[in-house]
Amino acid sequence: MSTSQHSPLVQIGPPPTAARPAPAPIEMDPQAALEVMRDHVAGQTGKRFWRSLEELAGTPVFQQWASNEFPDGASTWSDPVGRRRMLQLLGASLGLAGLTACTKQPDEKIVPYVSQPEDYVPGKSLKYASALSLNGYAQGVLVESHLGRPTKIEGNELHPASLGATDVFAQAATYVLYDPDRSQSVLHNGRIATWPAFVQAMGLLREEALGAKGAGLRILSENTTSPTFAAQMKKMLAELPQAKWHQYDSVGTDNARVGAQLAFGQPASVQYNLAAADVILALDSDFLTQGPGSVRYSKDCGRRRKLVKEAAHDSAAAGQAPAATETHSAPATHEVAPKLNRLYAVESCPTATGSIADHRLPLASAEIENYARALAAELGVNVGAATTKAPADWVKKVAADLKAHSGSSVVIAGDYQPPAVHAIAHAINAALGNVGKTVNYTEPVEASTADGFQSLKQLTDDMNAGAVKSLIILGGNPVYTAPADLDFANAIKKVAMRVHLGLYDDETAALCHWHVPDTHALETWTDLRAFDGTATIAQPLIAPIYGSHSAIEVMSVLIGRPELTAYQAVREYWQTNKLLAEPFEDNWRKALHDGIVAGSALLAKTTAIRADLATALPAAKAGSGLEINFRPDGSIWDGRFANNGWLQELPKPISRLTWDNAAYIGSSTAAKLGLGNGDLVELKHAGRRVQAPMWIMPGHAADSITVTLGYGRTRVGRIGNRIGYNAGTIRTVAAPYISSGLEIAKTGDTFKLAATQEHHSMEGRDIIRVANAADFEKNPQMWGHEHPPMTLYEDYEYNGYKWGMAIDLSACTGCNACTIACRSENNIAVVGKSEVLRGREMDWIRIDRYYEGDSDNPGIYHQPLACQHCENAPCEGVCPVAATMHSDEGLNQMVYNRCIGTRYCSNNCPYKVRRFNFFLYSDWDTQSLEALRNPNVSVRSRGVMEKCTFCVQRINYARIESEKEGRKIHDGEVITACQSVCPTEAITFGDLNDPNSKIAKSRRNARNYKLLADLNTRPRTEFLARVRNPNPELEAPQAPAPAHG
Amino acid sequence: MSQLFRPGANTFAKASVIAGLGIALGLGGIVNNIERTSYVTNVNVPRDQPVMFTHKHHVSGVGMDCRYCHTSVEVSSSAGIPPTETCMGCHSQIWSEAPILEPVRESWRSGKSIQWTRVHDLPAFVYFNHSIHVNKGVGCATCHGRVDLMPMVWKENTLLMEWCLDCHRAPEKYIRPKDQVFNMEYKPEGDQAALGAKLVAEYKVRKLTDCSVCHR
Repeated sequence: MSTSQHSPLVQIGPPPTAARPAPAPIEMDPQAALEVMRDHVAGQTGKRFWRSLEELAGTPVFQQWASNEFPDGASTWSDPVGRRRMLQLLGASLGLAGLTACTKQPDEKIVPYVSQPEDYVPGKSLKYASALSLNGYAQGVLVESHLGRPTKIEGNELHPASLGATDVFAQAATYVLYDPDRSQSVLHNGRIATWPAFVQAMGLLREEALGAKGAGLRILSENTTSPTFAAQMKKMLAELPQAKWHQYDSVGTDNARVGAQLAFGQPASVQYNLAAADVILALDSDFLTQGPGSVRYSKDCGRRRKLVKEAAHDSAAAGQAPAATETHSAPATHEVAPKLNRLYAVESCPTATGSIADHRLPLASAEIENYARALAAELGVNVGAATTKAPADWVKKVAADLKAHSGSSVVIAGDYQPPAVHAIAHAINAALGNVGKTVNYTEPVEASTADGFQSLKQLTDDMNAGAVKSLIILGGNPVYTAPADLDFANAIKKVAMRVHLGLYDDETAALCHWHVPDTHALETWTDLRAFDGTATIAQPLIAPIYGSHSAIEVMSVLIGRPELTAYQAVREYWQTNKLLAEPFEDNWRKALHDGIVAGSALLAKTTAIRADLATALPAAKAGSGLEINFRPDGSIWDGRFANNGWLQELPKPISRLTWDNAAYIGSSTAAKLGLGNGDLVELKHAGRRVQAPMWIMPGHAADSITVTLGYGRTRVGRIGNRIGYNAGTIRTVAAPYISSGLEIAKTGDTFKLAATQEHHSMEGRDIIRVANAADFEKNPQMWGHEHPPMTLYEDYEYNGYKWGMAIDLSACTGCNACTIACRSENNIAVVGKSEVLRGREMDWIRIDRYYEGDSDNPGIYHQPLACQHCENAPCEGVCPVAATMHSDEGLNQMVYNRCIGTRYCSNNCPYKVRRFNFFLYSDWDTQSLEALRNPNVSVRSRGVMEKCTFCVQRINYARIESEKEGRKIHDGEVITACQSVCPTEAITFGDLNDPNSKIAKSRRNARNYKLLADLNTRPRTEFLARVRNPNPELEAPQAPAPAHG
Repeated sequence: MSQLFRPGANTFAKASVIAGLGIALGLGGIVNNIERTSYVTNVNVPRDQPVMFTHKHHVSGVGMDCRYCHTSVEVSSSAGIPPTETCMGCHSQIWSEAPILEPVRESWRSGKSIQWTRVHDLPAFVYFNHSIHVNKGVGCATCHGRVDLMPMVWKENTLLMEWCLDCHRAPEKYIRPKDQVFNMEYKPEGDQAALGAKLVAEYKVRKLTDCSVCHR
């Protein structure tokens, strides 16, 4: 390994300065590093489990990361302050520290209500059912409100798209609500105007339009499922027959809609019943974390990935057949666990779904259509022949497995695959007899089934032709999101009257005459449908903070009823159409309370695959050269969440990048092109160029790269402006998701990307346990018995509760919902890219992602890691001021007001779960963000350590409530924030002293193991080993070696 | 070269070491005591309020129960400060013209809250819950003193952590029967030690001294 003067592969810490001579720089030529990596991978001499290519290759850069407690520079004073100055400050602060005891507490005011609303009790929160939407589809939520201030989103158990969990975007909704950069007033030609002035202008526009029967009037909205909005639109189009409604989502479900039309000759929505699916084939589909039904699908799929096998309790030697029946003194706890399902994923860029699949095949996106056709042919479905580059086994044996599970299998096409793939998937499902069992079709959920890209193209063409006189944009940011070849920004300038309704004064608002601030979903009345059609009347939690108005209110103006509020419009729609049973008022209140309108799910409709499907399908496009995939960003979607600090700092699924987007490339293609992590390249596609940093994504299909949208924004706010690159600038409307003919040119520069994948490394100890289900069933003690080492310390006695947590690695998809839920519940600060680069991110629960084996198609594992609440906690013994202590319920407590910031505890923590406030990370000044915080958790200041508390505020609440009623806390009464949000129910929490609790049962599962057990820390959080259920036909036989890393 | 220090300097050196220690300890003692003075803690300092509200008149004079105004004391962490509406419930009828009540009427007319000065102000990192204390037999007067005798409310106790722990370590010293919690004039019949021990067992009062009970 040669060191050279090239830029380092991963830049660590601040650049060396003259004042502080740096140690000999550990640098490595990216090319050399790559070669080392390739050698290791080729020879399979590396570790079995690895987290990054740098670790696999054992580069010096990685060694340095791993051997330091915090990354280099993380623990040093990074301000431009010298050592002497720092010592002076230290001395002064020591001298002055005593004086702080002399400060008097400032007077505080109590501000009671003048007239207190009913049900409001200071100190108690209330929960209201509502719904949030992404791409128009509802996700039912319960919103926690403290005296009228929404602070936390939880899932709604009654809602079919939630079942009690949510995705990351719903969790981050409160941050958007209180975002100080939201648009705050009506703007007319860039000057502050008023809503009445806007209403007047729209009144004139309406008069004019009525005269011309609507000619020249266009409305552009995003996909919507709102029945009220749709009814208003219908009314307007009836009055103004020549007006047109366009719909466009930068990323959405258009291909699924067009695909259904293609397959059945009529529009339909598709829903999957994964609870009944034994075999699932995902064709470039990340159905577990993206799309309208993803949370529900995660729930259903997750429940079928957990193997329950009680551990034998005799101390039989490992390997001996265990007693299969009850050996525990506790009451019988056998649950009939559902049969394990089997998940196949064929995809280009690794996704959450691919990462938990039993078999994953990296295949370029454009090739997936050929694979689908070949698979269909194998199953006897005529959709036209094709030759596929996929291995023959993947066609024959997957087809055989699907066929063997006719009626209980399902093929799911990804939203970004072309309509033809959707149609083929529908045809295969029909042929396998899955329809009505694992696949259901209904009338479309959406108000309009138009293809958004075609709709936007038509609008742009009309604008260019001068046929559009007024354009009203209700939500969305087409100037930024429209594919570059449409040149929407120039076309819109040809429209005489341009109106924009949006949450931010964004790129589109800048080009419009009128801008009206949109209401946040928690500020307005609306109605929405879920993926299965279930309607929610979504109620607001708070009056609009900035006097904003919703799309329904703007539509009310356009239909000549400007006095109509959103509440009146929604209520009137449901009342006049008699959509709720009588008595209306009772059922209206019940619908609001439950968060769903009972019985509103759409009924299954019978569909038939059109007979001429084979000829109707467009021929597969043969691409040439490098393929490029355009995908929504895992954190900020299509850019709408760009100003959301929580999401920006959220390590993206799989890549663990924060604050930037990169172009993902497979390791062998990167080696072929001589590219390394952080290399800045110029991507040339469709005659346009953009500069992007590369990121090697192990498991990415060869000759294909994936770029994510949503970055490179210029007008969104102080967080989201000018970070990342805008991949939309090389996107075309003809091939918005998958295209070919990409050219890559190196610029010679590198770009620093803030990835967290190497932070807090645990260096390949026995961290992840994986087994094949069949091997595990045969030998549940394959990892050997755990004999806790002797200890000198006396055991703690727990007479009351003894809290514990279990995390099932079989179910975790790495979706990040827990991380965001924890941030929201526990007031965790956002630190920014430069601090993340120093390894100072503050998340209390992080998800470690491990790779296994071949870097071209590695196994991918996720391990959520929070404070383990060790019985023999190494942190407790070293704190000089007893700021971290053991509680009599087993919690490892952190007392902020005692902490003096020695960081000894973090240094001594083998799990690297403690986080230090190096600076004043919490924003104490921005007023709107104060409302965001959970009043039951301290907001930490500079200089204190913090970490997971097992949501002690929730434990305390339950303890107090139960004590008042003179009972014990029920099992399931304390639900931690991460547990509550988890879409796959991977996290269990409860009282270990109660033998019937879920957590106690989980402990008796043979898959249970402690992390780093040999350190004798006796962690209170334990893990359940990942169990795979591979198809023995498809898997090369391998030695059933215990999976020690 | 002559000696710089005469033999007496040894004594001086020893004395100054002892004196230095004494000064350091003394300074520490002063700081330690300053933070317990009513200058810092506001104990026994009646606070100015926007309305000259007197608990003495309303409780011992009129005979109102604490919970008439502090409605959520039994169910929530916060005892609750009454909304203006509660004041106006009576004072729209009696003393409706009294100049002293003008700030209350002004609040009612304008819809703007009365801004009271907090008398019992815990630091932000302390999470206190009224309801559990009241439900376990801790009387109002135990912490707040004889509010029924206070014209303007003052703080009876320091609310320092040592004061909290005094009871959390030995609740039997203070606990009273649940039906006497709101009785301002309650005095234990007989021996508090015996009664306290009995009540602690009966109410299943635990000695909660873990940090996370109050700090989170």
